[in-house]
Amino acid sequence: MKKLILSTALSAMMALSPALAETPVHGGNMIVTYKDDVATLDPAIGYDWQNWSMIKSVFDGLMDYEPGTTTLRPGLAESYEISEDGLSYTFKLRPGVKFHNGREMTAEDVVWSINRVVNPATQSPGQGFFAMIEGFDASSVDGSPLTGVSAPDAGTVVFKLSRPDATFLHVMALNFSYVVPKEAVEAAGADFGKQPVGTGAFKLAEWTLGQRLVFEKNADYWIPGVPYLDSFTVEVGQEPVVALLRAQNGEVDVPGDGIPPAKFTEVMGDPAQAANVVEGGQLHTGYITMNVTAAPFDKVEVRRAVNMAINKDRIIQVINGRAVPANQPLPPSMPGYTKDYAGYPYDVEGAKALLAEAGLADGFETEIYVMNTDPNPRIAQAIQQDLKAIGITANIRSLAQANVIEAGGAGQAPMIWSGGMAWIADFPDPSNFYGPILGCGGAVEGGWNWSKYCNAELDALAAKADSTVDPAKAEERLKLWSDTYMGVMEDAPWAPVFNEQRYTMKSPRMGGADALYVDPVSIPVNYDYVYIKE
Amino acid sequence: MAAYILRRLVTAALILLGVSFITFVLLYVLPADPVRQIAGRSATPETVESIRRQLGLDQPLVVQYGNYLWNLLQGDLGRSYLQKTEVATLITARLPATLLLMVAAIFCELVIGLTLGVIAALYRGRALDNVLMLSSFVTVSAPQFVVALLLLYVFSVQLGWFPIGGYGTFSHLVLPAVTLGILGSGWYARIMRSSMLDVLRADFIRTARAKGLGRGRIILGHAIPNAILPVIAMIGIDIGMFMSGIVVVESVFGWPGIGQLAWQAIQRVDIPIIMGVTLISALAIVIGNLIADLISPLIDPRIKLH
Repeated sequence: MKKLILSTALSAMMALSPALAETPVHGGNMIVTYKDDVATLDPAIGYDWQNWSMIKSVFDGLMDYEPGTTTLRPGLAESYEISEDGLSYTFKLRPGVKFHNGREMTAEDVVWSINRVVNPATQSPGQGFFAMIEGFDASSVDGSPLTGVSAPDAGTVVFKLSRPDATFLHVMALNFSYVVPKEAVEAAGADFGKQPVGTGAFKLAEWTLGQRLVFEKNADYWIPGVPYLDSFTVEVGQEPVVALLRAQNGEVDVPGDGIPPAKFTEVMGDPAQAANVVEGGQLHTGYITMNVTAAPFDKVEVRRAVNMAINKDRIIQVINGRAVPANQPLPPSMPGYTKDYAGYPYDVEGAKALLAEAGLADGFETEIYVMNTDPNPRIAQAIQQDLKAIGITANIRSLAQANVIEAGGAGQAPMIWSGGMAWIADFPDPSNFYGPILGCGGAVEGGWNWSKYCNAELDALAAKADSTVDPAKAEERLKLWSDTYMGVMEDAPWAPVFNEQRYTMKSPRMGGADALYVDPVSIPVNYDYVYIKE
Repeated sequence: MAAYILRRLVTAALILLGVSFITFVLLYVLPADPVRQIAGRSATPETVESIRRQLGLDQPLVVQYGNYLWNLLQGDLGRSYLQKTEVATLITARLPATLLLMVAAIFCELVIGLTLGVIAALYRGRALDNVLMLSSFVTVSAPQFVVALLLLYVFSVQLGWFPIGGYGTFSHLVLPAVTLGILGSGWYARIMRSSMLDVLRADFIRTARAKGLGRGRIILGHAIPNAILPVIAMIGIDIGMFMSGIVVVESVFGWPGIGQLAWQAIQRVDIPIIMGVTLISALAIVIGNLIADLISPLIDPRIKLH
């Protein structure tokens, strides 16, 4: 295979970035609010949607994304090479990158950080993402160093993989692979998540538990001129309705939890406020799972009938139009999405005919599990009505999130509405929507494949797609993924319902491209690249 | 006296032990797995089991509870599963806010409740009495979320007199304390009213009146000090209600207390935090009741502690 060297010139990189089209202003403090506490800023541990982008601002990985896009670019690595067989990745590190404690980051730090995530003692929820690295099976159990990652010199990191994996570069951009300084982790112990030290654009200046976190600009950041803000303050414990009131009063720049459903119509109906709202897609699909291992959903006709019975447009009305109808597992902004697929039509008579075909002309009684926070029970009621129309009586079981997840993992739930627990991609690649939620690997006790759907042929197709590493064959790989998801729709273990749109409210003084406020990777905003006008 | 306090402390310890056991069992039978919450959605079954072993959650309930108690006796509340921080640190960071709000809220409850109770008693059977007693019903049964948001909207957003939620200064404290004060004052008003009515019928009041004392002096100097006794005992019980009611008010006003902490932990099955907050709340209630009992003889010398 050819040798790949990506552009090392930062200036070229920046010129390409759409987020930087206008001239940014330096300085100021931005205020962001959240309802829930920030649990941790340890990149090996943090897996909540609100700490995800804060961790991105404090730490860096070998790879990164163009701000506001899903396009990979080098991060702490200046360039990389992939071997002919796709099993060896060699990263050249950017020289002179310093941790917030002043020490220069080296290849040893990268090796140590990857080993730390894989070590079972770290209890990282991201451990499984590194399974393609050679030696993972041993290291993930006994905590010994991975044989597949090494640092031949201070500026070079070499990964050896046990199988070719096209998602590897995305994994190197994932928070879990971010580089941490050994001495700071060892000094802080389990409290590293509250005293983070990274190489990122911001460093943590203050953390008052239960109240606020203040992030201060890292003046020595390795991308010159970034970030633009002097600091940003995250205020926690703020009820979304109250955060919105404060934003309307000019006290908050970005209410991080978004616009509460009950206030959405009011805000969007007021032109002055609607002007401050940025709309964008996100890598999210809301779906109904059907347990294919138990009657009556073991019959494909029944599952297809459900797909045809759901009036998606009406469900979208329930959430004030904050979504677009979905007809397949992948969201439209994900590479590999099948644009020319029409999906199952909304066809009540057709659905009834399919039920009759399955020998269930009189319908049946079942249960649909749903998370108990608004708007999910209301959506479940809409689904209930749609099913009623074709003769299916679905009793709603509205439970706390953890209990629904438990029932789904245990295979006890005939149907689940995914709202509030739906899959949002970890990284912008079609493979991330398959393995854990539709593949055989996830169809185990406690797995996230709540349909318990396992199709060996599709698993093989998925494996083939992910071993297609050659960038020249990227289109071919996406076609394989498209075929996989079309195969899934044929078997219909899910009824995809909608793709939620994101609506971020920002104060009028906030500047930067709209894409930064609906960044598919840094949610809700890309802290490093937004700025305050004036 | 010392023996009494000692006996009460032993009882308190037993109550806390009971609370810890019941909470532990309830969390154990909950159909939700804390390990899944830690391991996250991308974890393999191996990762989940490895975390379960490390946290000792694969052991029998009795052993887990024994370990918890053993650590507790050494003053160790454990570490949060998800935040990885010491539970004691998380609670002590938030406890001052809750205590401050509790003191301020009880003060508001007393001021509002006692005033209304005394007025109602003095106008017994008349229209004003009926209106006050009806309103005490309404406030006690009003939904906290609505009252809190309403006050916030009127006084912070519309009038701009107070900040829109938050913590740190006296003006931040006013609205949450007044909200809880209004919501809790109904109990005090009713107790104060009936207690006042009893006292006003008592012989010593008739004597005082016969002596020719003025109405104001009778009420302020004789009736109220005697009528207030059952109200003091009420404060001890009120701390319990306060602890259960604080979650909503803390959320609306962004008040960084332990109610918020508990609420978030319950959603994520973060057992060490739930246990810690439950025990601290139970402790507060036990201490509150003890103090109320100890104060009573100081106010009414006829009461003896045995």
